[in-house]
Amino acid sequence: MRKSKMEKGRITGFIFENIFRLSSILSIVALLVILGYIVYAGAPAMFEVGLRDFLGGLEWRPTKGLFGILPMIVGSIGATLGAILVGVPIGILTAVFLAEVAPEWLARIVRPAVELLAGIPSVIYGFFGLLVIIPIIHSIFGNGGDSMLAAIIILSIMILPTIITITETSLRAVPRSYKEGALALGASHIQTIFQVMIPAARSGILSGVVLGIGRAIGETMAVILVIGNSIKMPSSILDRGRTMTANIALEMSYAAGLHQRMLFATGVILLVFIMILNFILLKLTQERKTR
Amino acid sequence: MSRSAKDNLMKALIYLSAFFCVAILVWLIAYVVIRGLPHLSWSFLTNDYHPDHTGGIFPMVVSTLYLIGASLLIATPLGIFSAIYLTEYAKQGRLVNLIRFATESLSGIPSIIYGLFGMLFFVTTLKMGFSILAGAATVSIMILPTIIRTTEEAIKSVPRGFREGSLALGASKLRTLARVVIPSALPGIITAILLSVGRVIGETAAIYLPVGTHYKMPENLMSSGRTLSVHLYILAKEGISFEMAFATGTVLVLTILVINFLTRILEKKLSVGGRR
Repeated sequence: MRKSKMEKGRITGFIFENIFRLSSILSIVALLVILGYIVYAGAPAMFEVGLRDFLGGLEWRPTKGLFGILPMIVGSIGATLGAILVGVPIGILTAVFLAEVAPEWLARIVRPAVELLAGIPSVIYGFFGLLVIIPIIHSIFGNGGDSMLAAIIILSIMILPTIITITETSLRAVPRSYKEGALALGASHIQTIFQVMIPAARSGILSGVVLGIGRAIGETMAVILVIGNSIKMPSSILDRGRTMTANIALEMSYAAGLHQRMLFATGVILLVFIMILNFILLKLTQERKTR
Repeated sequence: MSRSAKDNLMKALIYLSAFFCVAILVWLIAYVVIRGLPHLSWSFLTNDYHPDHTGGIFPMVVSTLYLIGASLLIATPLGIFSAIYLTEYAKQGRLVNLIRFATESLSGIPSIIYGLFGMLFFVTTLKMGFSILAGAATVSIMILPTIIRTTEEAIKSVPRGFREGSLALGASKLRTLARVVIPSALPGIITAILLSVGRVIGETAAIYLPVGTHYKMPENLMSSGRTLSVHLYILAKEGISFEMAFATGTVLVLTILVINFLTRILEKKLSVGGRR
């Protein structure tokens, strides 16, 4: 009686361990299926149109069989780069504020605000950009307002939480002795932060920047609402543009046939960018572990 | 420039940046809520939407709730099981590294790619059609990494003594998990669920491709539907009715605020529990 009960327990233990294992392997399966499906749906069409006409083409006119996404690649990279240029300095300075400068009571206001910023839905950012940022830009430059610049402003706000959180964590991970050493040598607190602590936290901060790039390049709804979505190559940041994500989201609902497959192909290119970022991130993490 | 002048300049910039972050948040929330609140009413929340831009958002509320419920039903058990495996069973090695790489990659994939995948795989290949179920299946993959990571943290913070005590009393590993570890990690698991709810409510790109934009009341999980954030997107994009857009935006923002507040309370509870 007792023995069979123990036996039963061992069997249930075994069954559950395998349920747990299979559940966690499902993440790997999901990743492979997602990548496989998108590539399967998009890659053949890419070659049908021709890689050069696809990646280097300046015109996207599905009705005429023209599927050049160079303007969208430029749009995506331009908007992301701009957002990084604006967002990263503000993010790093805010992280310095939280980790080193702020009195406790102020940090207790700023930190939850940053967390909340991360939780605001992207469509709300887009809505805000549409009704607040666009009119401001229009009143200054008279260009209608919907532009690469509007997207850059909205994206730079959206990547702030990522950059702040990761930079703060890496600043806090800098050994105390670094800071004390610099202070003992007569450096001021600010000098210590910028000349010792930030360089020491470099790889962590870079990871934050890479994650920020990923967030910006993958953002869709907020960008659609502010960037103007013109299919022409943007000539300046005051010009309208279109990102790869916007291209997919705008046309997917009515596209069919080759047009639809070319939207999947756009997704493939987007995934290539994301995978490169993931790879850089992996390298950065490894660099930190080996040190 | 002298050293102290430079220091003061940097300090001013640091304060300015932090101020900017708080100010932009307050501006964003105030802008939406102040314009939305006057149009918010019980009837707005409980009436059907009419395509002539009158009525309310009841179908959208219901679609959103269906989507949240279904995706949690799929992702929560899977996420908790994975977290249990990673913390309590797995030995460090190739498989664990692979699982971690996969979950990290999953959280880095843009939501529009999830939308595309959901449409290809769940809607077309698995023949679910444009439906809340297809959307829930898609979104559950998106929230899985968050649930796994947060639950893992919670399980790790359960003191070793709890487990050892239970095992010493003769309980099996599984029994210890079910009766001791998981209950102690419960606040963390609830945090994971709340974070996922916030994510599903805010998501647009990954949802509207597999779920569609149908504005009528969904009959069941196989119906198409329109979630609140998709509704806001359509109202804003088509410039249909900014009054309704503000009111819908206010519902979204207030919900996110409540979720954020609850998470904060739970986190406090968790850190108190950890100190025991």
